[in-house]
Amino acid sequence: MTWFDSPDAAARALDSAGYLADTATATTVFLAGALEKPLLIEGPAGVGKTELAKAVSRAMDADLVRLQCYEGLDEARALYEWNYKKQLLRIQATSSDAAWEQTHDEIFTDEFLLRRPLLTAISREEPTVLLIDEVDKTDIEVEGLLLEVLSDFQVTIPELGTISAVRRPFVVLTSNAARELSEAVKRRCLYLHLDYPDAEREKAILQGAVPGVGDRLAGQVVDFVGRMRTLELKKAPSIAETIDWAHTLVALSIGTLDETAVRNTLGVVLKHASDHVRAIRELRL
Amino acid sequence: MTLLDRQIGFVEELRRAGMPVSLSEDLDAVRAVTCLPALTREELRAALATTLVKRQVHRANFDLIFDLFYPAVIGDGVASFAGEFDALPGGSPEQSDKVTSKPVTFADDPQALTDFRTRLEAALANNNPLNDLAREGVGRFGQMRGRGAGMSNWSAYSALHRINAAGLIDKLVAGLAQETDNEPMARQEITRRVTRFTNAVEADARRRVAEDKGAAHMAQHSVRPSIDRLDFTSARKAEVEQMRREILPLARRLATRLSKEHHAKRKGALDFRRTVRASMQTGGVPITTHHKPKRPGRTELVILCDVSGSVANFASFTLMLTYALREQFTRVRAFTFVDDITEVTQHFTTGADLADTMATLAASAAQASLWGRTNYGRALTRFAEEFSDAVTPRTSLLILGDARSNYSDLAIPTLKQLAYDAKHTWWLNPEHPRSWNTGDSAAREYSAVVPMVECRNLRQLTEFIHDIC
Repeated sequence: MTWFDSPDAAARALDSAGYLADTATATTVFLAGALEKPLLIEGPAGVGKTELAKAVSRAMDADLVRLQCYEGLDEARALYEWNYKKQLLRIQATSSDAAWEQTHDEIFTDEFLLRRPLLTAISREEPTVLLIDEVDKTDIEVEGLLLEVLSDFQVTIPELGTISAVRRPFVVLTSNAARELSEAVKRRCLYLHLDYPDAEREKAILQGAVPGVGDRLAGQVVDFVGRMRTLELKKAPSIAETIDWAHTLVALSIGTLDETAVRNTLGVVLKHASDHVRAIRELRL
Repeated sequence: MTLLDRQIGFVEELRRAGMPVSLSEDLDAVRAVTCLPALTREELRAALATTLVKRQVHRANFDLIFDLFYPAVIGDGVASFAGEFDALPGGSPEQSDKVTSKPVTFADDPQALTDFRTRLEAALANNNPLNDLAREGVGRFGQMRGRGAGMSNWSAYSALHRINAAGLIDKLVAGLAQETDNEPMARQEITRRVTRFTNAVEADARRRVAEDKGAAHMAQHSVRPSIDRLDFTSARKAEVEQMRREILPLARRLATRLSKEHHAKRKGALDFRRTVRASMQTGGVPITTHHKPKRPGRTELVILCDVSGSVANFASFTLMLTYALREQFTRVRAFTFVDDITEVTQHFTTGADLADTMATLAASAAQASLWGRTNYGRALTRFAEEFSDAVTPRTSLLILGDARSNYSDLAIPTLKQLAYDAKHTWWLNPEHPRSWNTGDSAAREYSAVVPMVECRNLRQLTEFIHDIC
């Protein structure tokens, strides 16, 4: 199965799933499907990295399998694990005269295997999107594990043999660049850097995400956020924060963004005290 | 030249510009390009970028080289060019309809200049696309005629000088400020638009020169090192700003790395007594070993910064990075000097705005200078006199500067005494080792007393800070 026919088709499909993609994003998503390569997305927090994976799964009607990475994630949590308790029960349940050889073979079968996200994604026959979220949070060892899975889409379980993917999943890795990923992982992936969108696209995103927001208010919010991003802030507001802000303004039924409105709701957009001070001073609020 | 040759030359230039493009990535790129059903320029750019560039710091250079190898237009191009991919000479038949029947030649006379400036002003005021104007501007005003066909050259400098877009700023700001009633914002916005025009002109001149001299030739002359490898001393104003924005993410990455490494070696030496006691439970067999907890040995840092003109950037970057990593040290004290010394520790407070702090620091340079000529000897002596309590046996002392002391007394004995008092002493020099000891540099004399480390860019700085944490 092919994922998308052309970059345009990818853009349209993503659009219908509620994700507005620019040319670079659409082309990259198309290529990830066409070349069957994992897609590594980097960028500041809140620009829609995870959302892109979800949008692909919605657009293609595929199931999303998610592996959330954290420090200390290991093979047993990411790939597979034997269900020891069940195996123990099985051994105790067999009558004592049954041959050990037979029991031994029986307890290492599919029935006692606990599939974790990576193995699940590989062994599924339906179209699947595998999202490996915040891959920079894991330890180096997990990257080694990912290498095998991502380059050949197969997993070797000593007791069962090698399991190869029936159908290659669409793999998306996201990273906040808290740590440089190894060259080996990067080499195997397509790379996409998502950044803050331009004003027009952000306005469209805003109007799609926040139903009650009027054309004028959306324009004002986007314009204002754009100006904040040019300041030297500790954390520049991202799309997620723009959307939150619009939600707040709509909930407070504020129709136009004037100085008092901005001052009162600035906490939704900027999350550092020093950023507040700076924004108020530089933008003359 | 076939498309394949072009691709190979392109990848070659990327490698020369410092991007680690492997053979398999090159293959992926070609495969990706053949996958695309209809090739537009932006799609080609996206396809090549996604397969060849795996680090955002390299993206600027990638775009620059891409524009040279796959230009949007050739020559003066099509006047009604819309940004699509028609780079092939001649263009498609539909496209050539839009071209005026004969090739567009741009005249250069005073009347044309006035006319051009009017149109540019209108475009800047309405925030219209500027690429066409930039192309026309270079075509009309940027040509340096050579002695025969094919000998002429293009100069962004002379085009910009003739057009003088910066001269339009005041008028445009006045226009925009009337609408929005916010003069500083308007000025910022207009300046941004003019910068965009300037960049477009520079890119267009590069493209035209590349047409004559070859893309590879041009790429080698216009590629700047990526921001983490750019020398502090040779950074331009815009690049300094970009570096400042890099500091916080850099500090965050470094902190993650440090905390990971501290975790990895948290276990200290074997605690023999506890291990033997614990082995009682298992019949005398020491199944689990116990270790002494490792004392988190944090460094106390004293930083002396030369803030005289030439090395001020370097000093401020180092200070910003160390302060962003404050939690990794027990205490940081910072001093700045030119020929007198002053303490600046109090300017760094938790959660303070980095840009503000840097502005205060720049102001403190005035206090640190008596006569305004760098004098390391005097600064060191004054430091030893005034702040004799700062350096203790637990202190790591960092001295930042280029060791150019205007041929004055070097106060070597004072530095020896300081180095003796401190636990460690390092001298960070932002110059390339080949220029140490040249001119008035006292690098040799000082490096005989304290180890001198080359620290020219953000990458070397990060590595150094990582090693002393």
